[in-house]
Amino acid sequence: MPNRILEVSGRAVPVRGNDIDTDRIIPARFLRCVTFDGLGQHAFADDRAQRRAQGGLHPFDDPRFAGASILLANANFGCGSSREHAPQALARWGIRAIVAVSYSEIFHGNCVAIGVPAVRVSQLDSERLQDLAERAPTLTFTVDLERLEVRASDGTSVPCQLAEGPRRQFLSGSWDALGELLEGLPAVRARAAQLPYLRGFA
Amino acid sequence: MKHQFMSQRTLYDKVWERHAVRTLPSGQTQLFIGLHLIHEVTSPQAFAWLRERGLRVAFPERTLATVDHIVPTDDQSRPYRDPLAEEMLQAIERNCREFGIRLYQPGSGKQGVVHIIAPEQGLTQPGMTIACGDSHTATHGAFGAIAFGIGTSQVRDVLATQSLALSRLKVRRIEVRGALARGVTAKDLILHILRVLTAKGGVGYAYEFAGEAIHRLSMEERMTVCNMAIEGGARCGYVNPDAITYDYLRGREHAPQGEAFARAVQDWSAIASDPDAAYDDRRVFDAGALEPMITWGISPDQGIGVSEPVPPPEAFPEHERAGVAEAYAYMGVRPGQRLLGLPIDVAFIGSCTNGRLSDLRAAAEVVRRHGGRVKPGVKAFIVPGSEAVKRAAEAEGLHELFLAHGFEWRAAGCSMCLAMNPDRLVGRQLAISTSNRNFKGRQGSPEGRTILASPPMVALAALEGAVSDVRQLLHSSSHAEPHP
Ligand code: SF4
Repeated sequence: MPNRILEVSGRAVPVRGNDIDTDRIIPARFLRCVTFDGLGQHAFADDRAQRRAQGGLHPFDDPRFAGASILLANANFGCGSSREHAPQALARWGIRAIVAVSYSEIFHGNCVAIGVPAVRVSQLDSERLQDLAERAPTLTFTVDLERLEVRASDGTSVPCQLAEGPRRQFLSGSWDALGELLEGLPAVRARAAQLPYLRGFA
Repeated sequence: MKHQFMSQRTLYDKVWERHAVRTLPSGQTQLFIGLHLIHEVTSPQAFAWLRERGLRVAFPERTLATVDHIVPTDDQSRPYRDPLAEEMLQAIERNCREFGIRLYQPGSGKQGVVHIIAPEQGLTQPGMTIACGDSHTATHGAFGAIAFGIGTSQVRDVLATQSLALSRLKVRRIEVRGALARGVTAKDLILHILRVLTAKGGVGYAYEFAGEAIHRLSMEERMTVCNMAIEGGARCGYVNPDAITYDYLRGREHAPQGEAFARAVQDWSAIASDPDAAYDDRRVFDAGALEPMITWGISPDQGIGVSEPVPPPEAFPEHERAGVAEAYAYMGVRPGQRLLGLPIDVAFIGSCTNGRLSDLRAAAEVVRRHGGRVKPGVKAFIVPGSEAVKRAAEAEGLHELFLAHGFEWRAAGCSMCLAMNPDRLVGRQLAISTSNRNFKGRQGSPEGRTILASPPMVALAALEGAVSDVRQLLHSSSHAEPHP
């Protein structure tokens, strides 16, 4: 349980664009599986293939960003399907924290559940950080959950946000909620016994 | 501060308070989940975790399983041709057997898209909390339930504890006045709402759909509206229960029976939002002003009235224009272009958005009035959302009508809503689809293109071979009265 996450440091990979949905993060055909193992190599599979076909390189294929562990995205990242396969694919590719303007609710919850902090920054700062990572891909970025800031090793620093609940979960190591939920099981049973629809509306 | 006075609560507040178990150290609430739905794609890893930790399912009778995403809708003989699909089906069979969970399989008469079968069997009821490892769980909100999609770690949490760690959402009341014109459907209404509020406008919110136009809708239409709340970024959408809700539920297999039903109706009526409830935000729409909608881009909020031109980049905020340019390029459309008459390759009617009996009837009405056959070169297929929908449609002879006019008639499943089964687009094919997502690659080809529309609009496009305005057909052909 004590798996506290105070900060995540590493090189960053920028993936630009608003409304990048989970179908793009991991296309549905890779969901025909009964484990998450092996999803990492398929992260952004179609976007990467398309970029290659156009003679370009998707950031996930760009050797300058190989080994990066912080994903820099824009607005409404991870919208669409609730598939946890999306953050799982990113995590298995090597991503350990995400910095974006906003996220879909479910995607964000999934990130928390698997121990990947996903923090919010302003539109302007998200683009600044992406520009910076592109100009200087060797910089080390730090997502600091205690001080709520994103820093780069060149001295750049911007404030970031994370809701208090998830923040406390990371800082205390309780981001995997299951342990606490199990402790509450007797209270769950007591609550269930009072619900009208479980008592025949008597 | 809201939530303070007992008389000012929304349905969301009341359902939340009723199901709150305790406050967790993180500050989140442990919330009891009244109904848990699972399918083959997002559950196997959850069961694997339970096994690893030696956990049992806490309330197996509160979980219902089915298979929908991977099942082929043509040849359903086992083993499936796709060995990965077969493996997934065997996994859910084994998991349900081992953990004592009810599973509705193809051939059981009760299988179908998870969001279609739970309502039709009366499992979905007002005042419940409902969770499923699927974002379109929002559909069940049509009954006045708080229903939302979850990830696989949370599927594990619900299996092990029948509860989740959650934070409360804000509530936005979306009031729709007036009534929809003929030819304009619930699908058009939600596409319009998405266009105005955008794909991310609902992040952090539950959407309460209210007002005269919403309460005139049938339950099936309300499900179409709530289904796509998620496309607007809202975690869930709901409609306060009313007489239409109760009439729908009465007599269904898992609805309260006999005297319990009358007591249930009392409880359900009390769960609805109070007239003076406090909301975090309010928006008002006019249903009468709408025309049939189509999407032109790669996000469900990129919709237009069928007679409108594709909007220019200037219609969008500056920081979104790169994405808009990408949408034009991907779809092969130009700003200012009208899509009426644009040839289509594939027409798909089905999915948890529009795969219910009333959707198939609406498509059938268009086919009857039109009288022609599916345009040569167009692949058109109709996929009932559940085995029960299929049976009911066949009892009315709808399948014979569709087949006679050149449509394919399939078995129940998600089909071409997403690319996990054999039904897929090829290359740059352009589909017009009653499903809910027009994302790049969603329908199975990395370059495949999707126009979202209502069942009548899709049926007409199949017959004409091109995007068409269903109002012209409905207004002109008074000679072809619907039969039987
Ligand atoms: S029909 Fe489509 S949206 Fe609905 S559950 Fe199936 S894949 Fe998801």
